[in-house]
Amino acid sequence: MRAPDETTIKAGQTLLSVEGVSLSFGGVKAIRNVSFDIRKGEIRAIIGPNGAGKTSMLNVINGFYHPQEGQITFKGIKRKKMRPHDAATGGIARTFQNVALFKSMTTLDNIMAGRTLRMHKSFFWQLLRYGPAEQEEIEHRRKVEEIIDFLEIQHIRRVPVGRLPYGLQKRVELGRALAMEPELLLLDEPMAGMNLEEKEDMCRYVIDVNNHYGTTIALIEHDMGVVMDLANRVVVLDYGQKIADGTPDEVKANKAVIDAYLGVAH
Amino acid sequence: MFYREAGQFKTTYRADMATFPITQDRIGIAIILMVAFTVIPYFGSNFFLHAIMIPFLIFALAAIGLNILTGYTGLLSLGTGGFMGVGAYACYKLATIFPEVHILIWVVTSGFVSAAVGIVFGLPSLRIKGFYLAVATLASQFFLSWCFIRIPWLVNYNVSNAIEVPRRTLFGVHVTGPEATPHARYFVVLAIVVAMTWLASNLVRGRIGRMWMAVRDMDIAAELMGIKLLNTKLLAFAVSSFYCGVAGAMLVFLYYGSAEATAFSINQSFAILSMVIIGGLGSLLGSFLGAALIFMLPLLLPPFLGSLGLSIQAATAEHLSFMVIGALIVFFLIVEPHGLARLWQIAKQKLRVWPYPY
Amino acid sequence: MLCVKPYSMFCKIFIIPFYEMWELPDIFVQTLWEGLVGGTLYSLIALGFVLIFKASGVFNFAQGIMVVFAALSLVGLHAIGVPAILALALTVLIMLVLAFAIERVVLRPLVNQPDIILFMATFGLTYFLIGFGELIFGGDPKVMITKQLYIPTGTLSFDFAGGRVEMQKLDITAVVVASLMVAVLAVFFSKTRIGRALRAVADSHKAALSVGISLNQIWIIVWFAAGLVALVTGIMWGARSEVSFALEIIALKALPVLILGGFTSIPGAIVGGLIIGVGEKVGEIYWGPLFGRGIESWLAYMIALVFLLFRPQGLFGEKIIERV
Repeated sequence: MRAPDETTIKAGQTLLSVEGVSLSFGGVKAIRNVSFDIRKGEIRAIIGPNGAGKTSMLNVINGFYHPQEGQITFKGIKRKKMRPHDAATGGIARTFQNVALFKSMTTLDNIMAGRTLRMHKSFFWQLLRYGPAEQEEIEHRRKVEEIIDFLEIQHIRRVPVGRLPYGLQKRVELGRALAMEPELLLLDEPMAGMNLEEKEDMCRYVIDVNNHYGTTIALIEHDMGVVMDLANRVVVLDYGQKIADGTPDEVKANKAVIDAYLGVAH
Repeated sequence: MFYREAGQFKTTYRADMATFPITQDRIGIAIILMVAFTVIPYFGSNFFLHAIMIPFLIFALAAIGLNILTGYTGLLSLGTGGFMGVGAYACYKLATIFPEVHILIWVVTSGFVSAAVGIVFGLPSLRIKGFYLAVATLASQFFLSWCFIRIPWLVNYNVSNAIEVPRRTLFGVHVTGPEATPHARYFVVLAIVVAMTWLASNLVRGRIGRMWMAVRDMDIAAELMGIKLLNTKLLAFAVSSFYCGVAGAMLVFLYYGSAEATAFSINQSFAILSMVIIGGLGSLLGSFLGAALIFMLPLLLPPFLGSLGLSIQAATAEHLSFMVIGALIVFFLIVEPHGLARLWQIAKQKLRVWPYPY
Repeated sequence: MLCVKPYSMFCKIFIIPFYEMWELPDIFVQTLWEGLVGGTLYSLIALGFVLIFKASGVFNFAQGIMVVFAALSLVGLHAIGVPAILALALTVLIMLVLAFAIERVVLRPLVNQPDIILFMATFGLTYFLIGFGELIFGGDPKVMITKQLYIPTGTLSFDFAGGRVEMQKLDITAVVVASLMVAVLAVFFSKTRIGRALRAVADSHKAALSVGISLNQIWIIVWFAAGLVALVTGIMWGARSEVSFALEIIALKALPVLILGGFTSIPGAIVGGLIIGVGEKVGEIYWGPLFGRGIESWLAYMIALVFLLFRPQGLFGEKIIERV
């Protein structure tokens, strides 16, 4: 699927790095001079208190926000800013903090929509449908059914996602992101608002995705237990600045992190 | 009980993704098509064909056009009448400039002209959304209406300032102009509407339909998945305007016989919009049901009231039907926002489990 | 003249109109005045929209027909022998009943629905009111009872820069009444308890509910206020031309005004209305002949559209930051 001239990045090498990124809305500085990298094949966690700029960081990475300063290097290509379309074609997929599914479409259609970029039959064939367009549709349907099996959501295939409970919606959203066969998967609080059992399920899917498909994952999560278990490396943001970066154990012991979470005695 | 898919197992994805996956639906659509192509023209009177079936089909096509834009892509348009007009005037100009090419070819290809115009007026949809876009489409409506009135070139400098439909034949039978029989015109309209409905249903079920609906439901997520918003919206504008354009051309060439600019005024836009709302946003079937209801209501109201012992004047009937349409719109939005099409689905569900409630 | 080639298109578009404005200032001032008056009336309609949009998030497509309906009721009541002032009072009552009915039948069952559904409901309401109005009052145009309501008529004219500028007393009244109306609304919004509640509802329905503000009551109040604005608009507009259903289409011009001013800003509605009113009048007089006249019918929309491309949030709106 990948274009031949693209540099292939081996496991352990830097897949994406942000350097000196600053982002502000009017007078509000959401991100100040943050740099970090994500290595191919790892699970990278971004943590920090509310309003630390985590989601904004993901938005910068997949091109929804454009930073005023800094640059983003993805697969060896340096950019001042990402464009959403470039990010998607380059293999960055994501899920959202407040589920952003296509509410009136079925689970199947939502996940099929994730295949859009990989479907190429022209408008003309789409009009006729019978023939090449249908062939393509079936091919991708097969892939989508694999994902549906993987996430164990066969029973809700034909249900409009707006009617599903929150936990299932999160799962469908993960499915939609997976359908893009991403190289880098950004998960924005994939376990927020879930009960223990659902969290465990979701953790399992995240680990499976990482193991099976070798997908690099960057996730934002508030549940420290989950983060410490899942992540290979953790970056900590506070008030838009990076205050720590390292393995879970290093971060846990970091003075600045403890202060940020527990507050400082003045 | 009568309508049940039990025992109909799909063994291939192809069968699962068919237009009508359930046997009863396939039989149903076959019957409808057969009735439309044989029974109606055989038994239907000239009046029935000319005054009811032809305009119903044409308006249904226009409703499909608007539904693609508003129902599937979520872009509210108040400019349908204008785009229909572009189709009609384009058809007229093309037919006079190239009289040797058959008129029905121009009826269909005039859609391309209105598609182009639709793209131009769809351009603001990148920057603006929702109600703001609705106002932008009003701009196109009023601008186009003005063009139809003020540019005499569009009507070949006719004194009447109206489109005068030339006489043309197909296989030796008159299909346009005063000599064309309702039957001939009905077959032409029916063939075009059926074909274009089929194409539309292919589009909305495939990749392009999913892109449209994705943009409608959550444009940000769609964009971050790599769907190009502008292209997708413009495609919706183009296809929608194409359908409206063809409907407009048919309206003049196969129904009215001649038409002034008022035929494509803002009131036409409103009428089509109400068809789409009542029929059901995002449903092709709904476009037909809505067109049938809105178009036939003024015709059916007087006999209905007459049967209750009330006789009313034509003008009163028109006012009453306005009130009924308005009330129906509000009623549907409250009770069933997905319109008649959804009611039909509910009815099917009931049939499936009949005689049990669940 | 400055033009080298006096008949070139460039000259006709970019030089001659301005030259005419400079040479004949009396006509220019007359045009400005007429545009201003037209704009005031657009502002009034837009004001009705803004009131409702602020308080209920409903894009009230029916504002135009409410103007027609109010004016028709007034004229209709007078026609069956009700004295003018009593007819006015009764019309106010009718608008109140209408507000109650709309809240009860349309808004309350649709609470929490997406905006587009509510918009379409007001679209249905428009249909209903057109049919209802025509059924009761008939479709033909009527004359506004200007004299009976003691609205001054006649012309004021004065010399200006070598010519004469004429102003209808009616128009002056319209401007004064509109200004008063806006002032009253501004005070009402900022100083009274109900005004505060309205602003709270505008910010967040849920939050307002949680502090004990009754949404239903607020909605009736705003729809009634919008009905009163509609009545005033109907009287002034009806007095200038006539009371007919054509007004409903003209009222759509309030939409570009809203785009200029933003959907939630009262000052925006006023300024936007004036810009549109003056813009389209000046455009029609000085550039209209180039395009075969009648450009008034769409110029307002085009101005708004072009404006929108550069400033999607309107004149007074805040920049929208999208979040996911």
